[in-house]
Amino acid sequence: MKFADQLLQYLINGITNGGIYALIALGFTIIYKSTDIINFAQGEFVMLGAVFMSTLYNRAHLSLPVSFGLSVLAVAAVGILMEVLMIHPLRDGSVISQIMATIGASILFRGSVMLIWGRNDLFVPFFSCGQPYRFFSAIFDRQYVWILVIALISMGVLHLFYEKTTHGKAMTACSANKKASMLVGINVQTMVILSFGLSAALGAVAGGVLAPFGMKYDSGVTFGLKGFCAAIVGGLGNNVGAMVGGFVLGVVEELGAGLISSNYKNALSFCILLAVLLIRPQGILFIRSGERV
Amino acid sequence: MGRKKGKLFGILVMCVVSGLFLVQTAFSAESKKPYKIGAIFDISGKASALGTPEKQTAEMVVEQVNKAGGINGHPLELVFYDTASDTQKAIESVNKLVKKDKVLAIIGPSTSGESMAIIETIQNNEIPNISCAARIEITDPPKKWVFKTPQTDRQAMAKILGYMKKQGIKKIAFMSVEGGFGSGGLVQVDSLSPEFGIEVVAREKFSEDDTNMTTQLTKIRGTDAQALIVWCTDKGSAKVAANIRQLGMTIPIFMSHGIASMKFIEQAKEAAEGIIFPAGRLLVFDSLPDTDPQKKVLAKYAADFKAKYNTTADTFGGHAWDALNIVIRAIEKAGDDINRIRDEIEKTKNFVGIGGVFNFSEKDHHGLGPESLVMIKIVNGKWTYLE
Amino acid sequence: MIKRVWKVIEQFHFLLFCLLVLSLPLILRRFEAGDYYLSVLVLAGISSIVVIGLNLLMGYAGQISLGHAAFFGLGAYSSGIITIRYGLSPWLGFALSIGLNAVVAYILAEPILKLKGHYLAMATLGLGMIFSTLFSNLAITGGSEGLSVAKLSILGYALNSRELKEVNYYYFTWSITLLLMHLALNLVNSRVGRALRAIHASEVAAHSIGVDIAKFKTQVFVISAVYAGVAGSIFAHYSTFLCPPDFGLTQSIRLLTMGVIGGMSSIWGAVLGAAILTMLPQLLDVFAEYDILVYGLVLILAIIFMPQGMSQKISLGWEKLTGQRSQGS
Repeated sequence: MKFADQLLQYLINGITNGGIYALIALGFTIIYKSTDIINFAQGEFVMLGAVFMSTLYNRAHLSLPVSFGLSVLAVAAVGILMEVLMIHPLRDGSVISQIMATIGASILFRGSVMLIWGRNDLFVPFFSCGQPYRFFSAIFDRQYVWILVIALISMGVLHLFYEKTTHGKAMTACSANKKASMLVGINVQTMVILSFGLSAALGAVAGGVLAPFGMKYDSGVTFGLKGFCAAIVGGLGNNVGAMVGGFVLGVVEELGAGLISSNYKNALSFCILLAVLLIRPQGILFIRSGERV
Repeated sequence: MGRKKGKLFGILVMCVVSGLFLVQTAFSAESKKPYKIGAIFDISGKASALGTPEKQTAEMVVEQVNKAGGINGHPLELVFYDTASDTQKAIESVNKLVKKDKVLAIIGPSTSGESMAIIETIQNNEIPNISCAARIEITDPPKKWVFKTPQTDRQAMAKILGYMKKQGIKKIAFMSVEGGFGSGGLVQVDSLSPEFGIEVVAREKFSEDDTNMTTQLTKIRGTDAQALIVWCTDKGSAKVAANIRQLGMTIPIFMSHGIASMKFIEQAKEAAEGIIFPAGRLLVFDSLPDTDPQKKVLAKYAADFKAKYNTTADTFGGHAWDALNIVIRAIEKAGDDINRIRDEIEKTKNFVGIGGVFNFSEKDHHGLGPESLVMIKIVNGKWTYLE
Repeated sequence: MIKRVWKVIEQFHFLLFCLLVLSLPLILRRFEAGDYYLSVLVLAGISSIVVIGLNLLMGYAGQISLGHAAFFGLGAYSSGIITIRYGLSPWLGFALSIGLNAVVAYILAEPILKLKGHYLAMATLGLGMIFSTLFSNLAITGGSEGLSVAKLSILGYALNSRELKEVNYYYFTWSITLLLMHLALNLVNSRVGRALRAIHASEVAAHSIGVDIAKFKTQVFVISAVYAGVAGSIFAHYSTFLCPPDFGLTQSIRLLTMGVIGGMSSIWGAVLGAAILTMLPQLLDVFAEYDILVYGLVLILAIIFMPQGMSQKISLGWEKLTGQRSQGS
């Protein structure tokens, strides 16, 4: 396999992974914008999406699209529950309390899934059967296409939501300035709940398209970590930044693993994270000024 | 300061918690009669496909022994701790078994990493340990208190390389999982391949937690390797097998005896087709001639296991069967004298087990020779005997 | 009269605690499984040391560290590598552990501590993960294979003997724990402690009265790293085997939880939290399946209902019981 072909393969893998990271990063960003909280359980939303979908498909024998949709709704509900029960009581607490609460939630989700579903991988069939696609000499599974397509559609839908609907615009207002939003009659608490629900839903979408590869109770941890690396890289508090960050991280990670060493693949993401935090904490795409760090 | 005073209450609280702690264990007083054997396996972590049949087998053997009247009239009791492949937990469990449960011997752990980790603790505590893991370094150089039942990774690697040499394969790629077992494999392939005239042109590592290994496989595709060896247990190997299929790679794939369970075939599905690996005779016992010394033992074990657990028996359960039976025979001769138990284990000769026929000695604490392995190919989701 | 007794207890409470700790083995060894109880307490002592340092950093100085297990690991591997790879004295290992942690913390402090809140949390998390990966991949640490560690002996007296290992290590560990506790308590009540609390309350205000924020933050970061390093070295010799997963994210979170449950703004809370969270999983052994779930629940409930940790509740309880109030700290 020639070098150029290998490069192409890495790029394709990277962009696909990037799509996933972008979705998860978006989840982080949405919650952060409305609550100033980093949600450590974001990766668990991904895991729950896959687990619910698998159960709906394999046990309730629903079709793939229906399982997918219902699972997204279910995880959104879980996200909302999480906000109401665990985050809301701590809204005036210290940063450490809030962080520990989301960490606790993450552990709780993992423990519950482990208890109910066991420790084995759960699967759904690949969305379309057939041979992997070839693009020049790079080979990729059909599921990769699904991942990209669904990721892009989700981002598009989200964009429309923010731009065109009242709720979306209200959320944008909320994240820009809470007090002013309250003055014009926006119910901040509703916005917060909505953001958790949305964020969880996005996580579940990512989980759903990843489900064919197999997920188990602790699969969410790595996704969560990579996802917020991506969010920081792109600029926390910035939707477009989150998406760009996701793709950038995905590609850089693949190239690093392929060209340098696969051993340090995970460390690479965190090195990038640290570099961004120390040099340009606002992230790559930060446009407006905000809190000085 | 209020806080400082409050600390005395803190001490009281700690005493209460400690009290609860003491009560819980003090009331589980042991009588002198039962013979206790400790078992540490992974039934919930990365190696659960290994530990689960190991635990099940151990429990089945204990039940059979007790039904037949125990060991010289003493009931046999198994004290089990799940390590979840966590080396610290393994060490803690050994300490617990020795200090709290006062067992006579310990069988397990399931993985090479854990077995290496507990060696120091076992030697320090002077308790016999029969490990169910593969790495040759566990018993080479021999340690006074440590034995093992599976064939060594060195033996398995030699078997694979020997087979490859016959096929005329000269260049290979090697993929190993992070951890003790994978590292052991890498050491062995580098050490043995020159002897068989084979060159290792690529070495890649992966982690069981990775979602896919296409990066590493892509790199391998860029080399002129004629075959690939993947050294990992079932979960990771299944993922790699699936990736190999996705990438449409056609070179022959060889794996370790770590995939010698139905779990691998269940997870890999069509991707398992054509994979070749070395394992003990248990997997293909019905193809064996009746003159084979192991056939009777294998058939009985397979039947008993299937009857009790409704699952196909595999070599991992077999390792536990061998370990436990060796310990039981030692206790039969030595009673509850731990030092003598160890000596009796070391004196084991011609023990027909599941892994092979065991012969221990002062210098040899792994007991099996290369003839205990056969090459197996997965065809149509079943194990078929190659040679 | 009773008031007099309480007063005396209060005055000498640290000494009394030392006495209690030092006499515990004599009681415990009378039980069959006495060695086992001691082993649990040794681990509690080791964790206490790390959490004391963590509480100084988080509770008093108001910083965050989600990657503290990295320093713990750095100390452990220092000891391990010095003794096994270079065959040198374990005491050199301790020295290296302290020195290396101090230097690394000092270098990292400047850029890292400029960040605040969630950004600081992320940065320390990232650091922890990077160290974790390094531990797994560098040849010198034995990588994911793990590293054996040599036995410890003081002036020719071997600690790892078969009969007395637990007792030896108990006294060794808790002597150091008590010493470091005492140091920390003194620190907290000194100028430095007051400066730290000022910084925690408001950096702007502290700065305006002349407190050199950067210097104090760095100092406390270094101290907390050194504490973790010492604990790591003890752990290395006690456990005799080191393996990267023990120094990763899970461990960092465990340490954090100990601090939270015990009370982050309290040195005693650190010991309390460490002791409880070390002994509890042993108790829960019966419910081995549920332990991760219980862990998460305990954490969330503690955060919501006991944000100041158990030590605070206990101290309030003490005040009610003895009718004593003392001057603020």
